[in-house]
Amino acid sequence: MQDEPTPSELIKAVADFLRNEITPVIKGHNAFKLRVGINALDLVTRQLTLEQGSDAAETARLKQLLGSDGPLIELNRALSEKIAKGEVDLQTPGLKEHLWQTTMDKLAVDQPNYGSYKRELGTK
Amino acid sequence: MIEAQLGRCVASWYPGATGVTGAARLSGGASQETWKFDIVHPDGDVGAILRRSPPGYAASPSPSRGVDLDGEAVLMQLAHDAGLPSPRVMHVLTPADELGRGFIMMRVEGETIARKILRDDEFAKARPLLARQIGRIAAGIHGLPHARLPDLRTNTTTAEIADLTRDYQKSNWPRPVFELALRWLADHDPGPSHEVTLVHGDFRHGNLIIGPDGVRAVLDWELAHFGDPMEDLGWICVNSWRFGEIDKPVGGFGTREDLFAGYEEAGGKADPDRVMFWEVMGTLRWGVMCGRMMQRFRNAPDHPMEQAMIGRRSSETEIDLLRLLAPRGK
Repeated sequence: MQDEPTPSELIKAVADFLRNEITPVIKGHNAFKLRVGINALDLVTRQLTLEQGSDAAETARLKQLLGSDGPLIELNRALSEKIAKGEVDLQTPGLKEHLWQTTMDKLAVDQPNYGSYKRELGTK
Repeated sequence: MIEAQLGRCVASWYPGATGVTGAARLSGGASQETWKFDIVHPDGDVGAILRRSPPGYAASPSPSRGVDLDGEAVLMQLAHDAGLPSPRVMHVLTPADELGRGFIMMRVEGETIARKILRDDEFAKARPLLARQIGRIAAGIHGLPHARLPDLRTNTTTAEIADLTRDYQKSNWPRPVFELALRWLADHDPGPSHEVTLVHGDFRHGNLIIGPDGVRAVLDWELAHFGDPMEDLGWICVNSWRFGEIDKPVGGFGTREDLFAGYEEAGGKADPDRVMFWEVMGTLRWGVMCGRMMQRFRNAPDHPMEQAMIGRRSSETEIDLLRLLAPRGK
């Protein structure tokens, strides 16, 4: 077992330092790159916090939809193939809800400020 | 060094020019550069832009899809001659210039950054007018005379679906939402357009110079081709170019109705169903392009984090595709 602090605590501490102390003193193209870098660290923190729960739920939904088991990426490959072949579609019970939930969970990590995501959070 | 070369070049075709000043590199990769500079003239300096592939590079960045710089110069000049907002091309580079391949055009002042155009006060009066104006410009582009156009590839809905499928599969990363979109596109493919025209191919924020008075120039003809004119109208409606103003489908500033009204005022005929089809296609296209950025990030020696983060924007197009194809509550 690794000791504390946790990876997400460490990354958040670094991101906050860059945001609060370094951003005000950097100019030009490097200021843009710094902002991208801070965004990346924030994304990693969100993923470390949210990924376990959303992956477990996604796996459970996919097992139910596909009637088979395996690693998450293989389940996603199997679902992709079935959609491509037309074996499942939006009429298939549970598919639409699954795609929506999976996509919302991705956006919660990738881009929680994206306009469409914020709109959909409010109209669940 | 480039100022001396540019100075010699300009003196050869611009009567009275005594040199150039303020040359600054704007953007681009190794194979294609954009420079701004001022032509020094006793009657007053003239702002100019150089677009070039430096000596030793080919003039075309991506041979399969792209228009080369010579073609870009022809298209810009034709658009200018037709009275469309397009910079006048002042000079096409020759071997004697020793500047590589490319051209020099008039510099048009204005803004290309979407967030400023959508939020800053100086554009407040222009914003409500832009969708209609852009519709008129699109109709003008689509009406440029075939006979004078350079050699361009031809695109169709069916070819574009195949192209997207191939690009998506190359990423080797499963995306059930993209599969759903590809399936939808194949099932709803409207087939060949009865009208085939010049298509700009990248008609959106970033490629439009906008001032407080409206659109001043259409830039970047690199993806121009022959095809369904509705492609341009669909692409400018893709949510990725609304920058948060998600209820204003045209670039975050206007309505489809205004876009179509402008298009028809200038002699075009809008087909809303085909436009919607291309909007879905365009949304998926941008999502696939984001995925390709991820690959470039992995392969580039310096692992540019900007490209890595664009890779994480594919999911934005997934939610937009679901909003288009599988809206909730229905």
